[in-house]
Amino acid sequence: MDPVGAAPLLCTPFRTSSVGPSMKPAAFDYHAPATLDQALDLLRNHGEEARILAGGQSLVPTMAFRMARPSVLVDINRISALAYTKAEGNSLRIGALARHAWFETPVAAGPVGALLAQVAHSIAHAPIRQRGTFCGSLAHADPASEWCATVLALGGTLLLAGPDGRREIAAADWFQGVFTTAIEPGEMLAEVRLPLLDPGWRCGFAEFSRRAGDFALTMAVVAIRIEDGGMREVRIALGGIGGRPELASRAAALLIGQPPSAAIAREAAACAAADCDPQDDIHAPADYRRDLVRSMVRRALTQAFAA
Amino acid sequence: MNWVGRSLRRFEDPALLRGEGRFTADTTSGALVVRFLRSPIANGRIVSLRPPAEMPPGAVFVSATEMAGTATIKPMLHRFAYRAVEQPVLPGDRVHFVGQAIAAIAAATAELAEDLVEAIEVEYEVEPAVVGLDAALLPDAAPVHGAAPGNVAVEGVLRSPDCETVFAAAPHVVELAILSRRQNATPMEARAGCAQYDRATGRIRLTASVQMPHMLRTGIAELLGMAESDLQVVAPDVGGGFGQKMALFPEYAVLVWLARRHRGAFAWIEDRNENLIASAHSRDQRHVLRGAFDADGTLLGLEAEILANVGAFSAYPTTCGVEPLMAFAEYPGPYKVQAYSARARGVLTHTCPMAPYRGVSRPVITFGLERLMDQAAKAIGIDPVAIRRRNLVDSFPYQTATGLTLDDASYVETLDDAVALLDIPAFRARQAAARTEGRFIGLGLAVFNERTGYGTPAFAARGMGIVPGYEVVDIAMTPGGEIELRIGASPHGQGLRTTLAQIVADRLGVSPDVIRVIHGDTDRTPYGWGSFASRATVISGGACRTAADKLAVRLRAAAATVLQAKAEEITLRDGQAVAASGSSVALAALAKQVHQRSDLFDDFNLAETAAYDPGGTFSNACHAAIVEVDAETGLVRIERYLVVEDAGRIINPLIADGQVRGGVAQGIANALFEEIVYAEDGNILTGTLADYTPPTCAEIPTIEIHHRETISPATLTGAKGLGEGGSIGAPAAIANAISDALAPFGIEITEIPATPPRIRALIRAAEAAR
Repeated sequence: MDPVGAAPLLCTPFRTSSVGPSMKPAAFDYHAPATLDQALDLLRNHGEEARILAGGQSLVPTMAFRMARPSVLVDINRISALAYTKAEGNSLRIGALARHAWFETPVAAGPVGALLAQVAHSIAHAPIRQRGTFCGSLAHADPASEWCATVLALGGTLLLAGPDGRREIAAADWFQGVFTTAIEPGEMLAEVRLPLLDPGWRCGFAEFSRRAGDFALTMAVVAIRIEDGGMREVRIALGGIGGRPELASRAAALLIGQPPSAAIAREAAACAAADCDPQDDIHAPADYRRDLVRSMVRRALTQAFAA
Repeated sequence: MNWVGRSLRRFEDPALLRGEGRFTADTTSGALVVRFLRSPIANGRIVSLRPPAEMPPGAVFVSATEMAGTATIKPMLHRFAYRAVEQPVLPGDRVHFVGQAIAAIAAATAELAEDLVEAIEVEYEVEPAVVGLDAALLPDAAPVHGAAPGNVAVEGVLRSPDCETVFAAAPHVVELAILSRRQNATPMEARAGCAQYDRATGRIRLTASVQMPHMLRTGIAELLGMAESDLQVVAPDVGGGFGQKMALFPEYAVLVWLARRHRGAFAWIEDRNENLIASAHSRDQRHVLRGAFDADGTLLGLEAEILANVGAFSAYPTTCGVEPLMAFAEYPGPYKVQAYSARARGVLTHTCPMAPYRGVSRPVITFGLERLMDQAAKAIGIDPVAIRRRNLVDSFPYQTATGLTLDDASYVETLDDAVALLDIPAFRARQAAARTEGRFIGLGLAVFNERTGYGTPAFAARGMGIVPGYEVVDIAMTPGGEIELRIGASPHGQGLRTTLAQIVADRLGVSPDVIRVIHGDTDRTPYGWGSFASRATVISGGACRTAADKLAVRLRAAAATVLQAKAEEITLRDGQAVAASGSSVALAALAKQVHQRSDLFDDFNLAETAAYDPGGTFSNACHAAIVEVDAETGLVRIERYLVVEDAGRIINPLIADGQVRGGVAQGIANALFEEIVYAEDGNILTGTLADYTPPTCAEIPTIEIHHRETISPATLTGAKGLGEGGSIGAPAAIANAISDALAPFGIEITEIPATPPRIRALIRAAEAAR
């Protein structure tokens, strides 16, 4: 009920105020190149002062807190040539502007497309998934990033474009620590390639966060090839427990040759928990993260076994 | 037509839903942007403080030096060994908590103001900080303020003479220690203020996101030594307060000072980080509770040792006594117990000061008392429902051990309603079956009362230097026949424009949509206290009812003249004054005549004033939660949440349910999610919403609400307040449900929030002990 009884409003006037939409970051120069080469030129010219802006879902809040103070932003959102996912042969190519939300429905047939879809739904909230990018997550290398653990579990490859041309690097060599990667000055992560595993593979993913959409306190991504009733290849990646995603190699080895069972899943989960060296923070003491590793590895394995 | 009792849609909502609400940030056009320099250290001396080396023209710097002559914020209590702690608006020599405002910059843009704040030259000498209760109470602890050696700022002690003998003779004594961690009320709109100088009159208008505009005006005028009438405070749409926005914050005094000194407009829109670290915190209490029980579960005696970490200063006007003294006065809750001893202390630390927060200690005491009831039931071997039923007050009025009068309520009945709705035998069967599958579900109850609608006597009993209580309402009928209500209360989301209109509509026989409620403007409303303590519907509503009745007398007298009838034979209905003969006149036509043809009437006035200052009443409720605990991860999922609420006469069920639901959500936050964490050096570790974690709609279950309406003679409208009850019951109900779920491990939840890591630690310890 409108107590004033005025005529209904047909449109809402857009309102501005001087204080509301304030700029909080430190000053920076902004460039929006149209091609990858232009972007690389900008990176070369500005050196370490420059940061790439893709989805901005991590960078922009950090800048608002003035914890990140790049003096140059290279916005790659206009480089439409980078906005793709392509299944080619037995690999999936993911361009630098592929958004998280694109993966919510499988981008490829088979176990990898299904796994990516499952993982995508666990990334933050829907609005963030519309903007944030797959490659941006890999470049940012947050220890709790779902994509980082996933790419590690799948044995993905990263394609870097730089002043001296292109180079490839394996996911296992990419992550070096919290927000730290093997990227070199002037380089940009242009593409990630994932092997399109054949249907003999089964995947599983489990993560734990206190609230829907929060950074996961711990996650496990598993990929298992089963042949003749036994596990032949096993990869278990853990995220959120230390400075970078890591493989639970001993737990994976323990499964080789075994048929899937609840008991073996528990055993491997206990092994992964015993081997890991979790960090302590206000959200989760190390002991608790170890509990979560046990639980998430068991759940991810159980899921893969049932797939 | 009865308007009271109807789920009228809120008059407030269309504008808000269209995005056309008017909040403080919408009023800042043309103002300089103010940003504050905040202390990065918890305790220490300011060695030097200088403005930025280069100040662009038009930018302004202000610190204690510029504001010399400003008084300190010093609220008073005249009882309870209160130590008057003084808070400088901006400190000149010492800082007392991380986040304390030290200086401010005003500049043309926000980015420039941010840059200039970074360029302020400041040097500190860091001293060790006293952060936690234990550290603050050590015999050799350094005092946070010289005025309070030992760091106890307020202390209430009550010793019931028979308590010791009761405990000595009791067959069962149950003791527990509980901990409710620190929270922030987290209103959706953070603090905000815009002070504008008016060149024509020399007055200042402060538009601010506050709950007590009149109080703020008085407080700021005193601090700055200005005429109160030179200051107008306007609270426009306010995006939630929950108690946090009651306090007189230094930032608002700085804004008014800037506007006066520099004859301009100055706006500060707080960001979330500032709100989390530097507005006001809440809870942070530790209680030790002992209950003496008879063999049949009758509560014979209660002892409470209450410690509240009140932070670095004392909030104006409520003082830092508000939390510990509330716990002290109301611990026995809805239970019959006369042997009661308690000691409550408010302890100063180098942390953000406390303000009241929805529930004010009662979420903590209900958590304590209802955990005590469950643990006692277990120790004695009786049912948790039976022990409550045995001890609940069931005849009224009842005088509590601390001298409060419990008026008519439905403690037992709401419990019985909840028990019937829950079908507990079926739940127990399901629980047993789940346990065989390794799943842990539990049911928890919380019965409590909520003191609401209390006026001057209740606040005076606390010995407050400033005694809030009454509310005043001015009512007037315009020549057009609309009714204007000018209220001293100041709603910030409660829907008072709607509920007060419903109350008045019934008294005057008009439709609520001809009634305008004018609030939140010290120039346009009578002096009043504001909206807090579940009081506005009761107190302002009672004053509205009386004011409407007084206006009705005038309208009938005027109608008597027009209709040539006796005034006492005229009724007001459907917007008409109707005589016994059936002849009638529309109130709008009557109003026009009274105003414009006063020659025809004995009196031309269609305005009245009424005040209301009641002693207070008690709402009550029974909450019940059914939860499932994932024993592997410690995650708690709320499967069902049930509220049986009794707030007397419900003016608007839609709004009442909204209040309950919002309160329960904040109670769930208290029980499971929210915690402000300080490091040992006093740095605050939860300065973002990624680290301080309120639940989202994904974590809040459907909340099932049932009502009873026990009409109490204690209030004019029969309505009792219900603003806080939701938040009061939820922590206890959920903690009891988790404890019930984890009974196979022997786990009792005594610390909230009961986060997954805490629950896992308890399970791990229980498994290790086996």
